[in-house]
Amino acid sequence: MGFDLVGEMKGYPSKSYHDPNDEEVIIKKGLARRVSINVVLVLLPVSLFFASFLLGRYPISPPEVIVVLASKFLPIEHTWPAVLDTVVFRIRLPRIVAAMLVGSGLSVSGASFQGLFRNPLVSPQILGVASGAGFGAAMAILFSGNPFMIQVSALLFGLIAVGMTYGISKMVRGTSTLVLVLAGIAVGAFFSALISLTKYVADPYEKLPAIVFWLMGSLSSVSNRDILMVSAPILIGMAILLLIRWRINILSMGDEEASALGVNTRKLRIIIIVCCTIITASSVCISGIIGWVGLIIPHVGRMLVGPDHKALLPACVSIGAFYLLLVDNCARTLTTAEIPLGILTAIVGAPFFVYLLRKSEMGWS
Amino acid sequence: MKEVIKVKDAAFSYNGRDNIFENISFSIKKGDIFCILGPNGTGKSTLIKCIDNMLKLKEGSVILNGEDIYSLKKTDVAREIGYIPQMHNPTFPFSVLDVVLMGRAPYLSLFSFPTEKDVKIAKDAIRTLGISHLIEKPYTEISGGERQLVLFARVLSQQPSILLLDEPTSHLDFGNQIRILEIIEKFASTGLSIIMTSHFPDHAFLVSSKVAVMNGGGFIDMGIPDDVITEENLKRAYGVDAKIVYVNDGAANGRKVCVPLMNR
Repeated sequence: MGFDLVGEMKGYPSKSYHDPNDEEVIIKKGLARRVSINVVLVLLPVSLFFASFLLGRYPISPPEVIVVLASKFLPIEHTWPAVLDTVVFRIRLPRIVAAMLVGSGLSVSGASFQGLFRNPLVSPQILGVASGAGFGAAMAILFSGNPFMIQVSALLFGLIAVGMTYGISKMVRGTSTLVLVLAGIAVGAFFSALISLTKYVADPYEKLPAIVFWLMGSLSSVSNRDILMVSAPILIGMAILLLIRWRINILSMGDEEASALGVNTRKLRIIIIVCCTIITASSVCISGIIGWVGLIIPHVGRMLVGPDHKALLPACVSIGAFYLLLVDNCARTLTTAEIPLGILTAIVGAPFFVYLLRKSEMGWS
Repeated sequence: MKEVIKVKDAAFSYNGRDNIFENISFSIKKGDIFCILGPNGTGKSTLIKCIDNMLKLKEGSVILNGEDIYSLKKTDVAREIGYIPQMHNPTFPFSVLDVVLMGRAPYLSLFSFPTEKDVKIAKDAIRTLGISHLIEKPYTEISGGERQLVLFARVLSQQPSILLLDEPTSHLDFGNQIRILEIIEKFASTGLSIIMTSHFPDHAFLVSSKVAVMNGGGFIDMGIPDDVITEENLKRAYGVDAKIVYVNDGAANGRKVCVPLMNR
């Protein structure tokens, strides 16, 4: 465009028109803040990762943690008791990694879904994945109790539930995102009823407590094998969401506008739904149902880095990992007995959500 | 001159039975400003959306630079046709720069991000519209007039050859309406072809080179503004009596304005 409207725009403040550097000044002002936030976002989860090895009943000193961890990569002489290896690699490491994986996965899914559905109240469970997975787990506990079967069944029914939601939305005419949410509510309610039914018929002394405990969500029984099983789907799902994250901005302007900007909205929507579902279902199958993380972490992220998904999704990886690890550390150390993680995330999450509302800095109009 | 876009025997239906409009044909040349007038609910916005393939025609075709629009890729269409919606409710407080950058989407592959060059194009567009001071402002916290300018900057960074504007002036105050019309005229003078809908026959007199009056699912008249915007056509389209009068606006010939009359 080789014309200049500057002179024509009567009535608009003319202060900045003739200074092409002015916008640079405005942008630079925000730059320093952004850099320092990014440093914090990298340092927090990394330092908590190492610090978390120190927590627990068996005392380990910081140098011991570093030496034991480094021995996996460097040829260091083995001078410490074998029990230290067991505590670090078999007990604490899987739990720490699981908390970070699940926390970041749920947060990234939550942020993507909030963008896709253009709604601040959307969580990764919106399409019914949690209820489906809960029912799958409850069934498996009822009929076998084998931990592996429980995970597979949870994963399977989580995927089935989202498949049903998507199928229903295809049968109905209308604004597809709204229909998806409504279908998700219906499917969620359906599977919740089935969960209740399973509980009702379960043996109240053995099976029922197991079902209830599973539904509360916990990372207490996570093993290295579990991590190996779910890390690939969670990491791949997150990587794809991170790659397309700029386009979530455009999608959040509405289907028609995105389409006019050359975005294949149908394809993009399916990619986001598939990735979020795989992440959430994989998380649920090792951790049970952990609420509130995918709902509030994106809001915290928006407070720190703004609404642009290009900055928001990486921030959610960091904050989500940090937050769930922090809460899980509390879950396993606050009392002598384990507190179910899902209960803690809700106890912390609900008041925090209210605090965000009061500050009205949620980044929503 | 060559036609940049041609609509042939277009018909559209939401439910497959009742046509919103039918038998609509027109063509636009480079630099044309084509204004579609008509009452509320007559299908003007729907027609605009069909031209951009946001909605698919039931019958007929849209020919863009000699090629059927349905045979083109979405990104190819978006590089040629820009669209500014009538109104929208933005959910996220994206910065003005972020919103304008979205115009670069048709030039970027699925997994890529805007580059320095895209940012530069976006900033140039922002400067062209004279809103550099808003560059970091949240899009949700600026006025309706400013928001419209941001959308014009976005469509400029999209670098299309055809602009579709759905009621570009309808939510703006008296002064901003004229400012937007001036921008539209500038855009057209650089060779952009513009198709816009409007509620204001006066706006068609001011800027358009071609006008159609739409009512009852079709064009009831089409041609140059002086021939089409008549007291008779206004009565047919809007069902009210109107007077068309000359005013001397200081320019050489003066211009025509429409004054609706009230039955008392």
